[in-house]
Amino acid sequence: MRREIPLIITAFVGIVFIIQYFIPHYPFNRLNGWFSDWFSIIGACAIWLGALNLMKISADRVYRKKRDWFYSVVIIVSFLMITIIGFAGGPDFRDYGTGFDWLYRLVYTPLSATMFALLAFFVASASYRAFRARNLEATLLLVAAFIIMIGRVPVGDAIGKVLHLPESIMPSQIAGWIMGYVNAAGQRAIMIGIALGIVSTSLRVILGIERAHLGGD
Amino acid sequence: MNKKELVAVIIIVALSLIFYFGIKQPIVFSSTVSYIITALIGLVLLYIFIRTVGGKIFGRRTVFLFVGIAVVLPFFMTIKQPIKSSPEVKSLYDAVLALKPDSKVLVSFDYDPPSAPELQPMAESFFMLCFERDLKLIIMGLWPQGPQQAEMALQRAFLEPDIAAKNLKYGVDYVNLGFQTGNEFVIQRMGSSFKSMFQTDYYGTPYDDIPLIRNVTNFSNIDFVFNLSAGYPGTVEWVQVAVDRYGVKLGAGNTAVQAPQMYPYLRAGQLVGLLGGLNGAAEFEKATNIIGKGTKFMVSQSFAHVIVIAFIIIGNAAYFLGEKRREENKPNQTGMNNQPGAN
Repeated sequence: MRREIPLIITAFVGIVFIIQYFIPHYPFNRLNGWFSDWFSIIGACAIWLGALNLMKISADRVYRKKRDWFYSVVIIVSFLMITIIGFAGGPDFRDYGTGFDWLYRLVYTPLSATMFALLAFFVASASYRAFRARNLEATLLLVAAFIIMIGRVPVGDAIGKVLHLPESIMPSQIAGWIMGYVNAAGQRAIMIGIALGIVSTSLRVILGIERAHLGGD
Repeated sequence: MNKKELVAVIIIVALSLIFYFGIKQPIVFSSTVSYIITALIGLVLLYIFIRTVGGKIFGRRTVFLFVGIAVVLPFFMTIKQPIKSSPEVKSLYDAVLALKPDSKVLVSFDYDPPSAPELQPMAESFFMLCFERDLKLIIMGLWPQGPQQAEMALQRAFLEPDIAAKNLKYGVDYVNLGFQTGNEFVIQRMGSSFKSMFQTDYYGTPYDDIPLIRNVTNFSNIDFVFNLSAGYPGTVEWVQVAVDRYGVKLGAGNTAVQAPQMYPYLRAGQLVGLLGGLNGAAEFEKATNIIGKGTKFMVSQSFAHVIVIAFIIIGNAAYFLGEKRREENKPNQTGMNNQPGAN
Protein backbone atom coordinates (compact mmCIF):
# COMPACT_ATOMS: atom_id res chain seq x y z
CA MET A 1 0.00 0.00 0.00
CA ARG A 2 2.95 2.34 0.53
CA ARG A 3 3.37 2.42 -3.24
CA GLU A 4 -0.19 1.97 -4.41
CA ILE A 5 -1.75 4.90 -2.54
CA PRO A 6 0.74 7.52 -3.85
CA LEU A 7 0.32 6.07 -7.36
CA ILE A 8 -3.48 6.35 -7.12
CA ILE A 9 -3.24 9.95 -5.81
CA THR A 10 -0.82 10.88 -8.61
CA ALA A 11 -3.02 9.33 -11.31
CA PHE A 12 -6.22 10.90 -9.94
CA VAL A 13 -4.75 14.40 -9.60
CA GLY A 14 -3.08 14.18 -13.01
CA ILE A 15 -6.28 13.08 -14.75
CA VAL A 16 -8.31 15.81 -13.00
CA PHE A 17 -5.83 18.48 -14.10
CA ILE A 18 -5.99 17.28 -17.71
CA ILE A 19 -9.80 17.16 -17.75
CA GLN A 20 -10.28 20.56 -16.09
CA TYR A 21 -8.16 22.21 -18.77
CA PHE A 22 -10.73 21.18 -21.39
CA ILE A 23 -13.85 21.18 -19.16
CA PRO A 24 -13.45 24.07 -16.68
CA HIS A 25 -16.85 23.42 -15.05
CA TYR A 26 -18.18 21.74 -11.93
CA PRO A 27 -16.89 19.43 -10.47
CA PHE A 28 -13.53 19.69 -12.23
CA ASN A 29 -13.08 23.41 -11.55
CA ARG A 30 -13.76 22.78 -7.84
CA LEU A 31 -11.29 19.89 -7.72
CA ASN A 32 -8.73 21.98 -9.57
CA GLY A 33 -9.15 24.74 -6.96
CA TRP A 34 -8.69 22.31 -4.09
CA PHE A 35 -5.62 20.68 -5.58
CA SER A 36 -4.07 24.08 -6.37
CA ASP A 37 -4.67 25.16 -2.76
CA TRP A 38 -3.08 21.95 -1.53
CA PHE A 39 -0.12 22.59 -3.77
CA SER A 40 0.32 26.04 -2.17
CA ILE A 41 0.03 24.55 1.33
CA ILE A 42 2.60 21.85 0.56
CA GLY A 43 4.82 24.51 -1.04
CA ALA A 44 4.65 26.69 2.09
CA CYS A 45 5.55 23.68 4.26
CA ALA A 46 8.41 22.82 1.89
CA ILE A 47 9.94 26.29 2.44
CA TRP A 48 10.11 25.61 6.19
CA LEU A 49 11.31 22.08 5.58
CA GLY A 50 14.09 23.42 3.34
CA ALA A 51 15.15 26.02 5.91
CA LEU A 52 15.19 23.50 8.77
CA ASN A 53 17.04 20.97 6.62
CA LEU A 54 19.67 23.59 5.83
CA MET A 55 20.08 24.24 9.56
CA LYS A 56 20.36 20.51 10.32
CA ILE A 57 23.00 19.91 7.64
CA SER A 58 24.95 23.02 8.66
CA ALA A 59 24.85 22.11 12.37
CA ASP A 60 26.01 18.60 11.50
CA ARG A 61 28.94 19.99 9.49
CA VAL A 62 29.99 22.20 12.40
CA TYR A 63 29.59 19.39 14.97
CA ARG A 64 31.67 16.98 12.90
CA LYS A 65 34.17 19.70 11.94
CA LYS A 66 33.86 18.77 8.26
CA ARG A 67 35.81 20.60 5.54
CA ASP A 68 34.99 24.35 5.39
CA TRP A 69 32.78 24.01 8.49
CA PHE A 70 33.34 27.70 9.20
CA TYR A 71 31.01 28.60 6.31
CA SER A 72 28.29 26.55 7.99
CA VAL A 73 28.75 28.71 11.09
CA VAL A 74 28.18 31.76 8.88
CA ILE A 75 24.95 30.17 7.55
CA ILE A 76 23.64 29.39 11.04
CA VAL A 77 24.52 32.83 12.45
CA SER A 78 23.02 34.65 9.44
CA PHE A 79 19.86 32.54 9.55
CA LEU A 80 19.34 33.08 13.26
CA MET A 81 20.20 36.78 13.07
CA ILE A 82 17.73 37.60 10.30
CA THR A 83 15.03 35.41 11.89
CA ILE A 84 15.41 37.04 15.32
CA ILE A 85 15.56 40.58 13.88
CA GLY A 86 12.51 39.78 11.72
CA PHE A 87 10.45 38.47 14.63
CA ALA A 88 11.62 41.32 16.90
CA GLY A 89 10.31 43.81 14.32
CA GLY A 90 6.74 42.62 14.86
CA PRO A 91 4.09 42.63 12.12
CA ASP A 92 5.70 45.62 10.37
CA PHE A 93 9.15 44.05 10.24
CA ARG A 94 9.46 44.65 6.46
CA ASP A 95 8.69 48.37 6.61
CA TYR A 96 11.19 50.83 5.24
CA GLY A 97 13.89 51.61 7.84
CA THR A 98 13.40 48.58 10.12
CA GLY A 99 16.32 46.33 11.08
CA PHE A 100 15.11 43.62 8.72
CA ASP A 101 14.80 46.11 5.87
CA TRP A 102 18.28 47.43 6.64
CA LEU A 103 19.76 43.92 6.46
CA TYR A 104 17.82 43.18 3.29
CA ARG A 105 18.72 46.36 1.43
CA LEU A 106 22.26 46.94 2.61
CA VAL A 107 23.63 43.45 3.28
CA TYR A 108 21.66 40.77 1.47
CA THR A 109 21.01 42.69 -1.77
CA PRO A 110 24.60 43.83 -2.43
CA LEU A 111 26.04 40.44 -1.43
CA SER A 112 23.66 38.57 -3.75
CA ALA A 113 24.31 40.99 -6.59
CA THR A 114 28.07 40.58 -6.05
CA MET A 115 27.82 36.80 -6.33
CA PHE A 116 25.83 37.17 -9.55
CA ALA A 117 28.27 39.78 -10.89
CA LEU A 118 31.13 37.30 -10.56
CA LEU A 119 29.57 35.58 -13.57
CA ALA A 120 30.92 38.37 -15.77
CA PHE A 121 34.48 37.39 -14.84
CA PHE A 122 33.89 33.69 -15.35
CA VAL A 123 32.11 34.22 -18.66
CA ALA A 124 34.90 36.48 -19.93
CA SER A 125 37.59 34.04 -18.83
CA ALA A 126 35.76 31.00 -20.23
CA SER A 127 35.14 32.78 -23.56
CA TYR A 128 38.82 33.73 -23.77
CA ARG A 129 39.95 30.16 -23.20
CA ALA A 130 37.30 28.10 -24.95
CA PHE A 131 35.47 30.15 -27.62
CA ARG A 132 37.37 29.05 -30.72
CA ALA A 133 36.60 29.17 -34.44
CA ARG A 134 37.63 25.50 -34.78
CA ASN A 135 35.14 24.58 -37.53
CA LEU A 136 32.26 26.06 -39.54
CA GLU A 137 29.62 25.59 -36.82
CA ALA A 138 31.86 27.10 -34.13
CA THR A 139 32.72 30.01 -36.43
CA LEU A 140 29.03 30.70 -37.11
CA LEU A 141 28.36 30.64 -33.35
CA LEU A 142 31.29 32.94 -32.75
CA VAL A 143 30.18 35.44 -35.41
CA ALA A 144 26.59 35.41 -34.08
CA ALA A 145 27.88 35.94 -30.53
CA PHE A 146 30.01 38.88 -31.68
CA ILE A 147 27.07 40.53 -33.43
CA ILE A 148 24.73 39.99 -30.48
CA MET A 149 27.27 41.22 -27.94
CA ILE A 150 28.08 44.35 -29.88
CA GLY A 151 24.52 44.90 -31.17
CA ARG A 152 22.84 44.68 -27.77
CA VAL A 153 24.81 47.61 -26.37
CA PRO A 154 24.72 51.21 -27.63
CA VAL A 155 28.41 51.20 -28.48
CA GLY A 156 27.61 48.86 -31.39
CA ASP A 157 25.61 51.48 -33.25
CA ALA A 158 28.14 54.14 -32.28
CA ILE A 159 30.85 52.07 -34.02
CA GLY A 160 28.46 51.54 -36.95
CA LYS A 161 28.02 55.30 -37.31
CA VAL A 162 31.79 55.83 -37.27
CA LEU A 163 32.06 53.24 -40.06
CA HIS A 164 29.16 54.95 -41.94
CA LEU A 165 27.13 51.74 -42.09
CA PRO A 166 23.63 52.02 -43.56
CA GLU A 167 20.80 51.88 -40.99
CA SER A 168 19.66 48.45 -42.20
CA ILE A 169 22.97 46.78 -41.34
CA MET A 170 23.68 48.55 -38.08
CA PRO A 171 24.78 46.01 -35.39
CA SER A 172 21.56 46.58 -33.40
CA GLN A 173 19.45 45.79 -36.50
CA ILE A 174 21.35 42.59 -37.29
CA ALA A 175 21.27 41.57 -33.60
CA GLY A 176 17.51 42.18 -33.56
CA TRP A 177 17.10 40.05 -36.68
CA ILE A 178 19.16 37.20 -35.21
CA MET A 179 17.16 37.31 -31.95
CA GLY A 180 13.78 37.62 -33.65
CA TYR A 181 14.21 35.00 -36.39
CA VAL A 182 17.22 32.70 -35.98
CA ASN A 183 17.05 32.54 -32.19
CA ALA A 184 13.25 32.33 -32.11
CA ALA A 185 13.28 29.42 -34.57
CA GLY A 186 15.85 27.54 -32.50
CA GLN A 187 14.03 28.28 -29.26
CA ARG A 188 10.76 27.05 -30.76
CA ALA A 189 12.36 23.76 -31.77
CA ILE A 190 13.74 23.33 -28.25
CA MET A 191 10.38 24.25 -26.67
CA ILE A 192 8.44 21.80 -28.84
CA GLY A 193 10.95 19.07 -27.98
CA ILE A 194 10.69 19.84 -24.26
CA ALA A 195 6.88 19.95 -24.43
CA LEU A 196 6.73 16.54 -26.12
CA GLY A 197 9.12 15.19 -23.48
CA ILE A 198 6.95 16.62 -20.68
CA VAL A 199 3.80 15.11 -22.19
CA SER A 200 5.32 11.65 -22.46
CA THR A 201 6.89 11.80 -18.98
CA SER A 202 3.62 13.09 -17.48
CA LEU A 203 1.70 10.23 -19.08
CA ARG A 204 4.23 7.74 -17.72
CA VAL A 205 3.85 9.26 -14.22
CA ILE A 206 0.02 9.31 -14.38
CA LEU A 207 -0.10 5.72 -15.62
CA GLY A 208 2.34 4.61 -12.92
CA ILE A 209 5.04 3.48 -15.35
CA GLU A 210 7.49 6.13 -14.13
CA ARG A 211 7.92 5.79 -10.35
CA ALA A 212 11.14 7.73 -9.67
CA HIS A 213 9.18 10.40 -7.77
CA LEU A 214 8.28 7.79 -5.16
CA GLY A 215 11.94 7.44 -4.27
CA GLY A 216 12.42 4.03 -5.87
CA ASP A 217 14.39 2.95 -8.94
CA MET B 1 42.61 31.95 3.58
CA ASN B 2 46.27 32.13 2.53
CA LYS B 3 48.63 35.08 2.92
CA LYS B 4 48.01 36.50 -0.57
CA GLU B 5 44.24 36.44 -0.14
CA LEU B 6 44.53 38.09 3.27
CA VAL B 7 46.65 40.90 1.80
CA ALA B 8 44.11 41.34 -1.03
CA VAL B 9 41.24 41.57 1.46
CA ILE B 10 43.14 44.10 3.62
CA ILE B 11 43.90 46.25 0.54
CA ILE B 12 40.22 46.16 -0.56
CA VAL B 13 38.99 47.09 2.94
CA ALA B 14 41.58 49.89 3.23
CA LEU B 15 40.66 51.30 -0.19
CA SER B 16 36.96 51.12 0.67
CA LEU B 17 37.56 53.05 3.92
CA ILE B 18 39.72 55.64 2.15
CA PHE B 19 37.05 56.14 -0.52
CA TYR B 20 34.23 56.25 2.03
CA PHE B 21 35.79 58.61 4.58
CA GLY B 22 38.46 60.42 2.53
CA ILE B 23 36.51 61.40 -0.58
CA LYS B 24 33.38 63.40 0.13
CA GLN B 25 32.49 64.46 -3.41
CA PRO B 26 31.75 61.83 -6.06
CA ILE B 27 34.61 61.42 -8.52
CA VAL B 28 33.61 62.32 -12.07
CA PHE B 29 36.05 62.32 -14.97
CA SER B 30 35.51 64.93 -17.66
CA SER B 31 34.66 63.75 -21.17
CA THR B 32 38.26 64.37 -22.34
CA VAL B 33 39.74 62.33 -19.47
CA SER B 34 37.13 59.62 -20.08
CA TYR B 35 38.08 59.33 -23.75
CA ILE B 36 41.80 59.35 -22.90
CA ILE B 37 41.25 56.47 -20.42
CA THR B 38 39.23 54.60 -23.06
CA ALA B 39 42.00 55.10 -25.61
CA LEU B 40 44.61 53.89 -23.08
CA ILE B 41 42.60 50.74 -22.41
CA GLY B 42 42.35 50.20 -26.17
CA LEU B 43 46.12 50.62 -26.56
CA VAL B 44 46.85 48.14 -23.77
CA LEU B 45 44.51 45.63 -25.42
CA LEU B 46 46.35 46.20 -28.71
CA TYR B 47 49.65 45.60 -26.90
CA ILE B 48 48.28 42.34 -25.46
CA PHE B 49 47.18 41.30 -28.95
CA ILE B 50 50.59 42.06 -30.46
CA ARG B 51 52.36 40.19 -27.63
CA THR B 52 49.99 37.26 -28.12
CA VAL B 53 50.80 37.19 -31.84
CA GLY B 54 54.45 37.23 -30.79
CA GLY B 55 53.94 34.07 -28.76
CA LYS B 56 53.27 35.35 -25.22
CA ILE B 57 50.22 33.81 -23.60
CA PHE B 58 48.29 35.92 -21.09
CA GLY B 59 46.54 34.20 -18.19
CA ARG B 60 43.01 34.51 -16.91
CA ARG B 61 44.08 37.02 -14.27
CA THR B 62 44.70 39.54 -17.06
CA VAL B 63 41.13 38.94 -18.28
CA PHE B 64 39.78 39.40 -14.74
CA LEU B 65 41.72 42.64 -14.36
CA PHE B 66 40.38 44.05 -17.62
CA VAL B 67 36.79 43.02 -16.91
CA GLY B 68 37.10 44.67 -13.47
CA ILE B 69 38.43 47.86 -15.06
CA ALA B 70 35.75 47.76 -17.77
CA VAL B 71 32.96 47.50 -15.23
CA VAL B 72 34.24 49.90 -12.56
CA LEU B 73 35.88 52.78 -14.45
CA PRO B 74 32.81 53.77 -16.51
CA PHE B 75 31.00 54.66 -13.26
CA PHE B 76 33.31 57.67 -13.04
CA MET B 77 33.27 58.53 -16.72
CA THR B 78 31.24 61.07 -18.64
CA ILE B 79 30.48 59.28 -21.87
CA LYS B 80 27.18 59.62 -23.63
CA GLN B 81 25.91 56.77 -25.76
CA PRO B 82 23.09 56.94 -28.29
CA ILE B 83 20.40 54.62 -26.89
CA LYS B 84 17.74 53.54 -29.37
CA SER B 85 14.55 51.74 -28.36
CA SER B 86 14.10 48.39 -30.08
CA PRO B 87 10.67 47.34 -31.49
CA GLU B 88 9.94 44.98 -28.55
CA VAL B 89 10.58 47.78 -26.05
CA LYS B 90 8.55 50.29 -28.06
CA SER B 91 5.58 47.93 -28.27
CA LEU B 92 5.58 47.51 -24.46
CA TYR B 93 5.72 51.27 -24.04
CA ASP B 94 2.90 51.74 -26.57
CA ALA B 95 0.79 49.10 -24.79
CA VAL B 96 1.09 51.04 -21.52
CA LEU B 97 0.34 54.33 -23.26
CA ALA B 98 -2.81 52.80 -24.75
CA LEU B 99 -4.24 52.14 -21.28
CA LYS B 100 -6.81 54.63 -20.07
CA PRO B 101 -6.31 56.42 -16.72
CA ASP B 102 -7.48 54.30 -13.75
CA SER B 103 -6.81 51.07 -15.67
CA LYS B 104 -5.66 48.28 -13.39
CA VAL B 105 -2.16 46.97 -14.01
CA LEU B 106 -0.96 43.82 -12.27
CA VAL B 107 2.81 43.68 -11.76
CA SER B 108 4.37 40.39 -10.71
CA PHE B 109 7.84 40.54 -9.16
CA ASP B 110 9.35 37.15 -9.85
CA TYR B 111 12.98 37.76 -8.99
CA ASP B 112 15.31 38.27 -6.06
CA PRO B 113 18.33 40.50 -5.30
CA PRO B 114 20.90 38.68 -7.50
CA SER B 115 18.93 39.76 -10.58
CA ALA B 116 18.03 43.17 -9.21
CA PRO B 117 20.79 45.11 -11.05
CA GLU B 118 19.08 44.20 -14.34
CA LEU B 119 15.42 44.09 -13.31
CA GLN B 120 15.16 46.79 -10.66
CA PRO B 121 15.72 49.67 -13.13
CA MET B 122 12.89 48.22 -15.25
CA ALA B 123 10.61 48.05 -12.22
CA GLU B 124 11.39 51.63 -11.23
CA SER B 125 10.80 53.14 -14.66
CA PHE B 126 7.67 51.02 -15.19
CA PHE B 127 6.22 52.22 -11.87
CA MET B 128 7.04 55.82 -12.70
CA LEU B 129 5.39 55.54 -16.12
CA CYS B 130 2.26 53.95 -14.61
CA PHE B 131 1.96 56.59 -11.90
CA GLU B 132 2.49 59.35 -14.45
CA ARG B 133 -0.30 57.86 -16.54
CA ASP B 134 -2.60 57.57 -13.47
CA LEU B 135 -2.77 53.80 -13.74
CA LYS B 136 -3.63 51.70 -10.69
CA LEU B 137 -0.96 49.21 -9.65
CA ILE B 138 -1.58 45.81 -8.10
CA ILE B 139 1.72 44.26 -7.06
CA MET B 140 2.44 40.64 -6.21
CA GLY B 141 5.29 38.13 -6.24
CA LEU B 142 5.77 34.46 -7.03
CA TRP B 143 9.27 34.68 -5.55
CA PRO B 144 9.57 35.27 -1.78
CA GLN B 145 11.75 38.37 -2.14
CA GLY B 146 9.71 39.85 -5.00
CA PRO B 147 7.36 42.05 -2.93
CA GLN B 148 10.35 43.46 -1.02
CA GLN B 149 11.94 44.42 -4.34
CA ALA B 150 8.64 46.06 -5.29
CA GLU B 151 8.70 48.11 -2.09
CA MET B 152 12.19 49.34 -2.97
CA ALA B 153 11.06 50.30 -6.47
CA LEU B 154 8.06 52.15 -5.02
CA GLN B 155 10.31 54.09 -2.63
CA ARG B 156 12.46 55.10 -5.61
CA ALA B 157 9.43 56.13 -7.68
CA PHE B 158 8.08 58.31 -4.87
CA LEU B 159 11.34 60.32 -4.87
CA GLU B 160 10.36 61.79 -8.25
CA PRO B 161 8.82 65.22 -7.59
CA ASP B 162 6.05 64.74 -10.19
CA ILE B 163 4.96 61.49 -8.62
CA ALA B 164 5.33 62.74 -5.05
CA ALA B 165 3.07 65.67 -5.99
CA LYS B 166 0.29 63.25 -6.93
CA ASN B 167 0.03 62.23 -3.25
CA LEU B 168 -0.72 58.62 -4.14
CA LYS B 169 -2.54 56.59 -1.52
CA TYR B 170 -1.83 52.98 -0.62
CA GLY B 171 -4.88 50.81 -1.20
CA VAL B 172 -6.41 53.33 -3.58
CA ASP B 173 -3.72 53.98 -6.19
CA TYR B 174 -1.49 50.97 -5.57
CA VAL B 175 -1.42 47.87 -3.44
CA ASN B 176 1.15 45.20 -2.65
CA LEU B 177 -0.44 41.77 -2.27
CA GLY B 178 2.83 40.15 -1.24
CA PHE B 179 4.24 36.71 -1.97
CA GLN B 180 2.24 33.56 -2.51
CA THR B 181 3.82 30.14 -2.79
CA GLY B 182 2.58 27.69 -5.44
CA ASN B 183 4.31 28.86 -8.63
CA GLU B 184 2.03 28.54 -11.70
CA PHE B 185 -0.81 27.22 -9.55
CA VAL B 186 -1.07 30.70 -8.03
CA ILE B 187 -1.63 32.15 -11.52
CA GLN B 188 -4.14 29.43 -12.29
CA ARG B 189 -6.10 30.09 -9.09
CA MET B 190 -6.01 33.83 -9.76
CA GLY B 191 -7.82 33.04 -13.00
CA SER B 192 -10.89 32.17 -10.95
CA SER B 193 -10.29 34.15 -7.76
CA PHE B 194 -7.58 36.59 -6.69
CA LYS B 195 -8.88 36.49 -3.14
CA SER B 196 -8.33 32.75 -2.80
CA MET B 197 -4.61 33.30 -3.23
CA PHE B 198 -4.26 36.66 -1.46
CA GLN B 199 -6.62 36.81 1.49
CA THR B 200 -4.59 39.70 2.94
CA ASP B 201 -2.12 42.12 1.40
CA TYR B 202 1.60 42.46 2.21
CA TYR B 203 0.77 44.30 5.43
CA GLY B 204 -1.97 41.94 6.61
CA THR B 205 -4.97 44.06 5.56
CA PRO B 206 -7.91 41.81 4.55
CA TYR B 207 -8.57 41.70 0.78
CA ASP B 208 -12.09 43.12 1.02
CA ASP B 209 -10.90 46.12 3.06
CA ILE B 210 -8.70 47.41 0.23
CA PRO B 211 -10.70 49.74 -2.06
CA LEU B 212 -8.50 49.18 -5.14
CA ILE B 213 -9.00 45.41 -5.27
CA ARG B 214 -12.35 44.99 -3.51
CA ASN B 215 -14.06 44.53 -6.88
CA VAL B 216 -11.25 42.63 -8.54
CA THR B 217 -12.34 39.01 -8.86
CA ASN B 218 -10.02 37.56 -11.48
CA PHE B 219 -8.00 38.45 -14.56
CA SER B 220 -11.08 39.77 -16.34
CA ASN B 221 -10.82 42.84 -14.06
CA ILE B 222 -7.19 43.44 -14.98
CA ASP B 223 -6.27 45.56 -18.00
CA PHE B 224 -2.60 44.74 -18.30
CA VAL B 225 -0.05 42.45 -16.65
CA PHE B 226 3.67 43.15 -16.43
CA ASN B 227 5.97 40.41 -15.27
CA LEU B 228 9.55 40.89 -14.12
CA SER B 229 11.19 37.51 -14.23
CA ALA B 230 14.55 35.93 -13.50
CA GLY B 231 13.63 32.26 -13.93
CA TYR B 232 11.04 29.80 -12.66
CA PRO B 233 8.28 30.68 -11.95
CA GLY B 234 8.25 33.60 -14.33
CA THR B 235 7.28 34.81 -17.77
CA VAL B 236 6.94 31.33 -19.28
CA GLU B 237 4.35 30.38 -16.63
CA TRP B 238 2.52 33.69 -17.03
CA VAL B 239 2.29 33.08 -20.79
CA GLN B 240 1.22 29.46 -20.46
CA VAL B 241 -1.45 30.07 -17.82
CA ALA B 242 -2.51 33.73 -17.74
CA VAL B 243 -2.21 34.50 -21.46
CA ASP B 244 -3.16 31.19 -23.05
CA ARG B 245 -6.00 30.29 -20.64
CA TYR B 246 -7.35 33.62 -19.51
CA GLY B 247 -6.45 35.92 -22.41
CA VAL B 248 -4.42 38.34 -20.34
CA LYS B 249 -2.43 41.09 -22.10
CA LEU B 250 1.14 40.52 -20.91
CA GLY B 251 4.39 42.45 -21.12
CA ALA B 252 7.63 41.21 -19.58
CA GLY B 253 11.01 42.29 -18.34
CA ASN B 254 13.61 39.52 -18.23
CA THR B 255 17.26 39.07 -17.38
CA ALA B 256 19.54 39.09 -20.44
CA VAL B 257 20.20 35.37 -19.99
CA GLN B 258 16.50 34.52 -20.07
CA ALA B 259 15.32 37.00 -22.70
CA PRO B 260 16.23 34.91 -25.81
CA GLN B 261 13.78 32.19 -24.62
CA MET B 262 10.93 34.72 -24.78
CA TYR B 263 11.25 35.62 -28.47
CA PRO B 264 8.96 32.80 -29.69
CA TYR B 265 6.23 34.19 -27.39
CA LEU B 266 6.93 37.70 -28.60
CA ARG B 267 6.78 36.66 -32.26
CA ALA B 268 3.53 34.77 -31.62
CA GLY B 269 1.92 37.81 -30.01
CA GLN B 270 1.61 36.14 -26.59
CA LEU B 271 3.85 38.87 -25.22
CA VAL B 272 3.04 42.44 -26.23
CA GLY B 273 6.54 43.65 -25.41
CA LEU B 274 9.81 42.57 -23.87
CA LEU B 275 12.59 44.28 -21.96
CA GLY B 276 15.72 42.15 -22.16
CA GLY B 277 18.43 42.71 -19.57
CA LEU B 278 20.01 46.01 -18.65
CA ASN B 279 19.89 47.10 -22.29
CA GLY B 280 16.12 46.63 -22.27
CA ALA B 281 15.92 48.71 -19.09
CA ALA B 282 17.97 51.50 -20.69
CA GLU B 283 15.86 51.41 -23.85
CA PHE B 284 12.67 51.61 -21.79
CA GLU B 285 14.09 54.56 -19.86
CA LYS B 286 14.85 56.20 -23.20
CA ALA B 287 11.27 55.56 -24.40
CA THR B 288 9.73 56.86 -21.18
CA ASN B 289 12.25 59.70 -20.89
CA ILE B 290 12.86 58.69 -17.26
CA ILE B 291 16.63 58.33 -17.00
CA GLY B 292 17.69 55.94 -14.27
CA LYS B 293 20.18 53.23 -13.41
CA GLY B 294 19.63 51.35 -16.66
CA THR B 295 21.05 54.19 -18.74
CA LYS B 296 23.83 54.94 -16.24
CA PHE B 297 25.04 51.33 -16.15
CA MET B 298 24.99 50.90 -19.93
CA VAL B 299 28.47 52.43 -20.29
CA SER B 300 29.85 49.67 -18.06
CA GLN B 301 27.93 47.08 -20.03
CA SER B 302 29.28 48.43 -23.34
CA PHE B 303 32.84 48.40 -22.03
CA ALA B 304 32.47 44.86 -20.66
CA HIS B 305 31.08 43.56 -23.98
CA VAL B 306 33.91 45.16 -25.95
CA ILE B 307 36.52 43.74 -23.55
CA VAL B 308 35.05 40.22 -23.83
CA ILE B 309 35.04 40.48 -27.64
CA ALA B 310 38.63 41.73 -27.60
CA PHE B 311 39.76 38.81 -25.45
CA ILE B 312 37.92 36.28 -27.63
CA ILE B 313 39.84 37.68 -30.62
CA ILE B 314 43.10 37.52 -28.66
CA GLY B 315 42.30 33.97 -27.52
CA ASN B 316 41.61 32.89 -31.11
CA ALA B 317 44.83 34.54 -32.30
CA ALA B 318 46.74 32.57 -29.65
CA TYR B 319 44.95 29.37 -30.64
CA PHE B 320 45.59 29.62 -34.37
CA LEU B 321 49.18 30.81 -33.99
CA GLY B 322 49.77 28.06 -31.44
CA GLU B 323 48.37 25.50 -33.87
CA LYS B 324 50.62 26.86 -36.61
CA ARG B 325 53.68 26.72 -34.37
CA ARG B 326 52.79 23.22 -33.25
CA GLU B 327 52.63 22.14 -36.88
CA GLU B 328 56.01 23.71 -37.59
CA ASN B 329 57.68 22.20 -34.50
CA LYS B 330 56.04 18.79 -34.76
CA PRO B 331 59.20 16.87 -35.71
CA ASN B 332 61.18 18.47 -32.84
CA GLN B 333 58.73 19.06 -30.00
CA THR B 334 55.73 17.28 -28.54
CA GLY B 335 53.30 18.16 -25.75
CA MET B 336 53.68 21.94 -25.97
CA ASN B 337 50.81 23.69 -24.25
CA ASN B 338 49.96 26.86 -26.09
CA GLN B 339 46.43 27.31 -24.77
CA PRO B 340 45.76 30.74 -23.25
CA GLY B 341 44.88 30.77 -19.60
CA ALA B 342 46.96 27.73 -18.77
CA ASN B 343 48.87 29.69 -16.16
